[in-house]
Amino acid sequence: MTVSAPAVRTPAGAALRRFRKHPAAVVSVVFIALVVLAAIFARPLSGHDPNAIDLLSARSGPSGGHLLGTDSTGRDVLSRLLFAGRISLGVGIASAAIAVVIGTVLGSIAGLLGGWVDGLVMRLADVFMSFPSLVVIVVVAGILGPSVLTMVIAIGLFQWPVCGRIVRGVTLSLREQEFVLASRATGAGPLWLMRKHIIPAALPPVSVVATLAVAQAIALEATLSFLGLGVQPPAASWGNMLTDAQSLTVIRSEPWLWLSPGIAVALTVLAVNFIGDGLRDAVDPRSSS
Amino acid sequence: MGAFLVRRLSINVLVFFLITIAIFALVHKTPGDPIAMQIPADQLNSGSAEFIAQKRAELGLDGSLLTQYWHWLTNALHGDLGYSLLNGRPVTEVLGERVGPTVELMGVGLLVSVLIAFPLGILAARRRNSWLDYGATVVSLGSVSVPVFFVALIVIYVFTLKFQWFPSSGISDPTNPSLLNTLHHLVLPALILGFGNSGPFMRYVRSSMITELSADYVRTANAKGAPPRRVVLRHAFRNSLIPVLTVIASNLPQLLAGAVVIEQVFAWPGMGQLAVSSVNQHDYSVIVGFALLIAILVLMSNLLADVLYTVVDPRVRLR
Repeated sequence: MTVSAPAVRTPAGAALRRFRKHPAAVVSVVFIALVVLAAIFARPLSGHDPNAIDLLSARSGPSGGHLLGTDSTGRDVLSRLLFAGRISLGVGIASAAIAVVIGTVLGSIAGLLGGWVDGLVMRLADVFMSFPSLVVIVVVAGILGPSVLTMVIAIGLFQWPVCGRIVRGVTLSLREQEFVLASRATGAGPLWLMRKHIIPAALPPVSVVATLAVAQAIALEATLSFLGLGVQPPAASWGNMLTDAQSLTVIRSEPWLWLSPGIAVALTVLAVNFIGDGLRDAVDPRSSS
Repeated sequence: MGAFLVRRLSINVLVFFLITIAIFALVHKTPGDPIAMQIPADQLNSGSAEFIAQKRAELGLDGSLLTQYWHWLTNALHGDLGYSLLNGRPVTEVLGERVGPTVELMGVGLLVSVLIAFPLGILAARRRNSWLDYGATVVSLGSVSVPVFFVALIVIYVFTLKFQWFPSSGISDPTNPSLLNTLHHLVLPALILGFGNSGPFMRYVRSSMITELSADYVRTANAKGAPPRRVVLRHAFRNSLIPVLTVIASNLPQLLAGAVVIEQVFAWPGMGQLAVSSVNQHDYSVIVGFALLIAILVLMSNLLADVLYTVVDPRVRLR
């Protein structure tokens, strides 16, 4: 017996159906869900203290006691990997959130006010986009000293332009529509317009760039921590777990030290990027080929 | 065209001054006496109190913040970036000898990324939605997703340690510093840098080619019986280059960011390696010099993109 699907077709439902046609994106959602769960339940899953030093079993390969081996001071690689997931995902989400907030505020201000304000905000966006954030953060961390907070703020500051441009575009197209003119005529202020009209309309495209921003921020955090300028030991991040692997002897004889965190970053960033791609096709059917 | 470029140039100059203010503010946050960054260490240590006081007055360090900024900026624009806190050498000299290796790495890396991106992008655009197109998309997504340092470690593991085909450290053997030897050292870092940057380029070539291939003049050329190869390469590709070239020019700073990481992994004696080691050794004067150099590079590549834009597209000149 077949039952026909409910006849109600909402835009969100249609987007979900399009998203499900994207196999890589669906697999990625499952994968990221597992990564998030592993990070949340890092303590019960790992069975080891991530910072417990055990010099007697240092630099040992994968075994029953340490599934992914131990590092140069005998710390368990698997538990460091799980705890590192918290920092890497946290940095990614926090910086993307900063970028989305700044981008939404500046983008809607630029779109609503127009004129020289618009010009100024867009030039500012150009400047921020043209600077390679990695190099700027290297300089800033070099002078102010490395810290997670500085890094999160800096990554967010350099990612807002993409979101800002999108929100500005949405605002410009909304500004001339009758329902917006009507709410303005009845006395709606800019904050009301932002909350009731701009943010709901900008949400689908912004969710796409926010996802891609998370991926970028995770990769950037890993790179900075790898260079020793991001998350500082003893706290573990996927990037700083690879810092040890800058010597040829470690690369050759202890591959478990650098392979597992490297694979973790690569797969996570790839999966988040796939989700972003799937979302793009889902919220904007015109973009899919 | 003139008015457009003049406007862009003046914006860039303004931005440059804002950046120098930001850098100066950072300099002000550094621990220690700023005079240590501006005269060589041996003079600072052996000089009498009067000598130091006189230097301090000369450098404007007694004056207000504005005076200090002005002295610092004019000195910097005259090529005097102070002295390394580490070894007392002039920062201009320390940075200067690192520019060459970075330019070599970036130049060859750019060539590699173009050699990957152009053929793949054109093929993907010609055979849309084929396995080749999907494959190219996955490769390009991979090249932006997998961090460059992890790719470097895998490549070192395979090609340096297992097969021992290519060296993975330094710019040449100290015992045999020939051009061929340098090229041998350049293979791995340049390939990785090029691969990391090929993803975005490929996507631009693909979308630009798709636009051009569906243009009327391509249909005309096809209808007249021009060989497909000629239509793709001589007609469509040449036009698709317009947006692609500006993307490549404005992507140069991103290429530099990749070079910073790769230089660190491969001990390539360029600016990036210098910057990271200066950061680790708190050599603030070198960091500041590096920051100024980067600002200039970024603004120059923006300007280059603008110039290319006007030169290759006559429609822009009319604005």
